[in-house]
Parts: sequence; C-alpha cells; structure tokens
Amino acid sequence: MKYMLMIYRDEAAFAPGQTSGAHSGSYIAYADALKAAGVFVGGDRLQPSSTASTLRAGDGAPEILDGPYADTKEQFGGFYIIDVPDLDAALQWAARCPAVGQGAVEVRPMWVV
Amino acid sequence: MGATRRDRQAGEAAEQVARHSYGKLVAYLSARTRDIAGAEDALSEAFAAALAQWDADGIPANPEGWLLTVARRRMIDTARQRETRAGAADHLKLLADELREAGDGSDIPDERLRLMFACAHPAIDRQIRSPLILQTVLGFDAATIAGCYLVSPVTMGQRLVRAKTKIKQAGIAFRLPERAEMPERLDAVLEAIYAAFTEGWSDPAGTEQRRRELAHEALWLGRLVARLLPGEPEVLGLLALMLHLEARRCARRDHQGGYVPLDDQDPSKWDAMLIGEAEDILLGASHMGRIGRYQLEGAVQSAHAIRRFGRPPDWTVLATLYDALLTITGSPVVAINRAMVIAEARSPEEGLSVLCGVENDPRLSRYQPYWAARAELLARCGQAAAADQAYACAIRLEPDPSVRRFLQDRRERLPTASAVQPHARKLTFP
Repeated sequence: MKYMLMIYRDEAAFAPGQTSGAHSGSYIAYADALKAAGVFVGGDRLQPSSTASTLRAGDGAPEILDGPYADTKEQFGGFYIIDVPDLDAALQWAARCPAVGQGAVEVRPMWVV
Repeated sequence: MGATRRDRQAGEAAEQVARHSYGKLVAYLSARTRDIAGAEDALSEAFAAALAQWDADGIPANPEGWLLTVARRRMIDTARQRETRAGAADHLKLLADELREAGDGSDIPDERLRLMFACAHPAIDRQIRSPLILQTVLGFDAATIAGCYLVSPVTMGQRLVRAKTKIKQAGIAFRLPERAEMPERLDAVLEAIYAAFTEGWSDPAGTEQRRRELAHEALWLGRLVARLLPGEPEVLGLLALMLHLEARRCARRDHQGGYVPLDDQDPSKWDAMLIGEAEDILLGASHMGRIGRYQLEGAVQSAHAIRRFGRPPDWTVLATLYDALLTITGSPVVAINRAMVIAEARSPEEGLSVLCGVENDPRLSRYQPYWAARAELLARCGQAAAADQAYACAIRLEPDPSVRRFLQDRRERLPTASAVQPHARKLTFP
C-alpha cells in the first residue's frame, strides 16, 4: 500500500537559510534509508507557507487568497510517499522521520484507483 | 408438526453456530481483505440462507463450514460486481486464495485474536475499541451496544462503520504484534475487554439484563484471549480481576436495592467457585514472573476475597499493592483507593494527607469517588463541616440513585458541629 507521510511543523523554527529541515543530514539519511529499504516512492520539501496562494470556491470564479489553506502554528512543510505492506509498517517509518521530534507527521493511505 | 420442529431445529442450530463461531467466521472472512463490514454482510446473508435451507434439507454435518462457504461465495460475488474497478482484482485474488486454502472449512483457522488486535489498534479511537470488539467478535448489533454505552444507536452505528472503514482503507493488518510491541498492544486489547466488563458492572442491581450480559461476554472474551495467548500473565490477571468482581455481584445490593460498599458486604454471598477460579488463575500468572497492572488489580481483589474464608484483609499488603499499582499506572483513581487503604493500614489522618496529595489533579474535580473518599476520610478525622461539603459534591456527581441514597444517608449521619467525634464506620472503594 502507498502512504503519504505529511510533515507539519512550526515554521518559525525553520526559517529559510537555516541548516535544519529537508536538506539537513538527518533528512538526507532518512531518505537514504527509505531508498535502501526499497519503500521510497517520492518526497519533497515545500517553501514556507508565506509563499502559498490558496484558491477557494466562491459564488463565481474561485477567489485567490494570499497564504496557506489554514493559518495554524504548525504548517504543512513537506512529504514522503512510501510503499509498504500495511499501516504498522508505515507508522514505523513515520516514527523514524526526523520531523517527528519537531512537529507532527500525518500518515494517510493513498487512494487506490 | 414435524415441519415446525424442523423449523425450530434449523433456527436453534443457526443460533448455536452464531454463538460459538460468529467471531471466528468474521475474523477468518476478513483477515486478508480487512473488509470487516463486507464479511459481516456476507455472513448475515449466509445465516439467512441457512435458516431457509436447513429447514428444508436438514442441518448439514458441518454447519460452520456450510456458513463459511456460502458467505465466501457471497463475498466473491460482491467483489465480481465491482470487477470493472482495478482495485477489485486484488481483492478477488485474495478471496480466491482463501477459498483454495480453506477447503471445506472443517478446520477454520482462528483469527479472532488478530481481529481483536486490529480493533484495538492504536490508530483506532480508544472509545470505539471495546464496542468494535463486541460487534465483530460477538456479533452484537449497533443498537444493543448503543444501549450498553448510553449513546444513540445512530451515533454508535456511525462510529462503528467509521472504525471498520479505517481498518480497511488505512491498511490496519490483522496480525499479532511482535515481541517488543506486545505489552503495549496487548494492554489495549485488555483495556477494551475490561471496558466492556465495567460497562456491564456499572449496573450493580443487575436489573438491566443487557448490561449484566455484557459483563459475562467480557469474561468470555477474557477466557478466549487467555486460551489463544497462553503465556501472557496480564491476560490471566485481567481474567482473575473480572472473576473476583463477578463473584460479588449478588452482594452489592441489599434487599431494598440499596447500595452496599465492599467492606459492608456479606462475604457469604460471594461466589466461592468464582473466587477459587480467580485464585488459581492468579497463581498461574504469578509463576510467569512478569508483574503488571491487571495482576496487581487481581491481587487487590484477592486480598479482599479472603473475607469469604473468615479472615480479615491484610491492609498492609493492600497498601503495598496500591503503591506498586500507582507506580505503574500513575492513575488518580488508584491514588484515591491507595489513600483509603492507607487510612485502614495506618490512620485516617495519614489517608487524608495522602488524598490531599492528589487534590490538585484537574481530572478529580468531577469524579464522584474522589469526593466520596474525601468526605469519608474527613468524617473519620472529625472534620464534620468539611465532610458535609464533600458529600454534597459526591451526591451531585453520582448518577446512580441507590449510591446517591447511600451517600445521603452517610451525610445525614455526620455529627453536628456541637458534637464532633470521629466517625466509626469505614468505607472503601475497590
């Protein structure tokens, strides 16, 4: 089954230019581990939510808003897609994600078409 | 006449299989696809077919296998109808594999334990784990479960559907936890079973048949897990705990339906057979050399059960047991009981000071047993005015009318301010 691991974290602690985050050693090592185990499907880090634009359905044309979908302290900041046998395996991988110590990781199965 | 008897026999045979094999069939039918709702639907259609066909052709030699075969065909038919969708192909393959392996169903592998671990998975909402096990393993319908848990049947139905959908869609596998995760995962299963028991136990008058049955079903589940998972002392600990409590069912109310606290119960009304069974089980658990929460709680009840054999409980031993329980659980409920036991083992004043140590826990402000314990200890320390206030809080929070009457009676017996003296009677909360 394919799962997306969605990383939510406090952006204040991850200002651009800081060495922590997706390009830090721990994330590189994590991605390497996913690849070595043959479960890595994809993944990327996102720019901060201040760069986001959100389209919302209105009466006529969708309204374009400056900013992320929800203005919360912890923001969606990156993701991995992994292919593993079941939720327990996905949760075990999520627990090893460096983001767990910094915020939250939501684990969700991908829709099977 | 003959047809009527046959009709009845078919019904009885189906009911018999339902009682003994329902969970086994659901577990087996859904183990690979994780489609519990699909398995339940197919099985209920198979039971309907059984009533009609067994009535006409007689009861088959292997009713369980018959039901399994019919239900499995039904599941394959349903999957075929969705065949246009690519996802159904895998589903169909799983079912076909199963059909090949299981043969005539005469020896159905018991997947109930794996099913219970899936129902009590940490990714499933804690509140719904117990109802989910009652439904999938025992076949309770949503309305019956809703009645036990005092929520509307619609709400309970929705929660159960949601949980089953999550197991299927999120990929919660039916598997036994590995050694390292076993204690935590097993604890969730035991907690779900104990939750069912305490729901059934919370109707001490036993007037509500449904609730009393819930306690019996929880005992049945406890025995099942003990059989399927030998070598896990905590399973035995829970079983012993439930048996000890069950042994006292008849003694918890007087003839007028009034509440009788443990220390005032007539031990001759306790069921010595159940106590004996609980003691044997607890002894077996202790030989495995791994202590845990349920074994300690079982041991607490065992220490009280000694009254059945004419001896008083050893309050010092009880205090030690509660020390250990508090260390393991950190539970404020345990802390309250520990204070009551210390009041017996040492003095009411010491008990009260231990209780005051937890009074800042925000969880306790709306917890009836805390206020009742506090009132009791204050009264025994001669602080009648403070005790009066604490009783008022306890009475306000207590939903059970007979316990409320009991507390009111205690409150009325408090000495007036002019004649303050330590209260002689004692009260503990097991």
